[in-house]
Amino acid sequence: MVNDRLSRIRACLSNVMDPELPFLTITELGMVRGCEFDENDTAVILLTPTYSGCPATDAIQDDIRDAVSEFESNFRVKLVHSPAWTTDWINDAAREKMRQHGIAPPDGNSADKAFLLGKERHISCPRCRSAETKMISAFGSTACKAHFQCESCLEPFDHFKCI
Amino acid sequence: MESHEHTGLLRLGDDALILAQRLGEWCGHGPALEEDIALSNIALDLLGQARAFLTLAAEREGKGRDEDSLAYFRTDREFTNALLVELPNGDFGDTIMRQCLFDQFALLRYTALSAQSIDMEVAAIAAKAVKEVRYHAEHSAQWVIRLGDGTEESHQRIQNSLDRLWPYTAEFFIEDAVSESLAAIGLMPLLQDLQGPWQEAMNRILEEATLVAPEKSGTQSGGRSGLHTEHLSFLLAEMQVLPRTYPGAQW
Repeated sequence: MVNDRLSRIRACLSNVMDPELPFLTITELGMVRGCEFDENDTAVILLTPTYSGCPATDAIQDDIRDAVSEFESNFRVKLVHSPAWTTDWINDAAREKMRQHGIAPPDGNSADKAFLLGKERHISCPRCRSAETKMISAFGSTACKAHFQCESCLEPFDHFKCI
Repeated sequence: MESHEHTGLLRLGDDALILAQRLGEWCGHGPALEEDIALSNIALDLLGQARAFLTLAAEREGKGRDEDSLAYFRTDREFTNALLVELPNGDFGDTIMRQCLFDQFALLRYTALSAQSIDMEVAAIAAKAVKEVRYHAEHSAQWVIRLGDGTEESHQRIQNSLDRLWPYTAEFFIEDAVSESLAAIGLMPLLQDLQGPWQEAMNRILEEATLVAPEKSGTQSGGRSGLHTEHLSFLLAEMQVLPRTYPGAQW
């Protein structure tokens, strides 16, 4: 009974989409950090924000409340900061979906050593896979993205920044 | 009398909040579309950091306040940000120099907090913030170098920006009873320990930018104890007008 409630909530959460990347769920992005009961038998959904200032965080909380409240009344959403979200938590399936939607996914390593060492990062074009790309701006259409252009197919594209 | 912990968290939150508000003024006025977006994005990151620290400050205080009451219903004398971040934007060079001076400080402060703070929540917020600020710091440093090592006109103007803003940087590192007691319990780093690394980082950037920091300059301070320039009051008037006019307004 207890586990039924939690597993139903978990299943529901894996259908909540990110409003700015509407082809990805918040579970695929690694934003759901857990779902557990507190001492009052309230289901607590642990959610971690991606970028500190991401305006979608509020919208996502509303979406979760809307979705879960259809079958569960005793729950709340709690924002957790520790441990801090990292792009490492985005799973491989989600990275491939990003490519299919024209966004170059984060390049694996959250320590981002190339960046720390001041070396150029090599971001492949999500359309033609060419490695000949250049950064137009480190800041893009949302807090999590940088703006790139492919020098082979000339297509501009977003890159999901590594944090 | 506020607790030192509360004040320490407010200082972190207020630096980010006030600079976010200033940068937000550039939205729609940037010198190029990419730069407009960059400054707005940096503002957004800072606003997120401010929200996290002000929320934590309110929770720890336990007096029923929240991030909104701290942001919108405090007066100028209750804000604890460093004076540098409340200064008017000036031209793009002034804004980017202010950003560079602050980013290098924020990078060191967040790095120290994430590595050393005994408070897991503070360390976690800082761990996220340091990754964001690394992008900001790279951006502002590149611009300072480009403008400093640019044309005669851009060099002279950004040198003037540096001369004007430099006196405000000493305030980052001034210790008081709050900072010393928070360092003693391992919650926050000793500010003096950040000064050397900050100076080195700035020297590297300024040297590449062919700029020279003024050798002798006064020190402008007071923000940490609520003594601000007149500019903060005007900034707050704009930032707070809606919730003060319509308390509890929602949309």
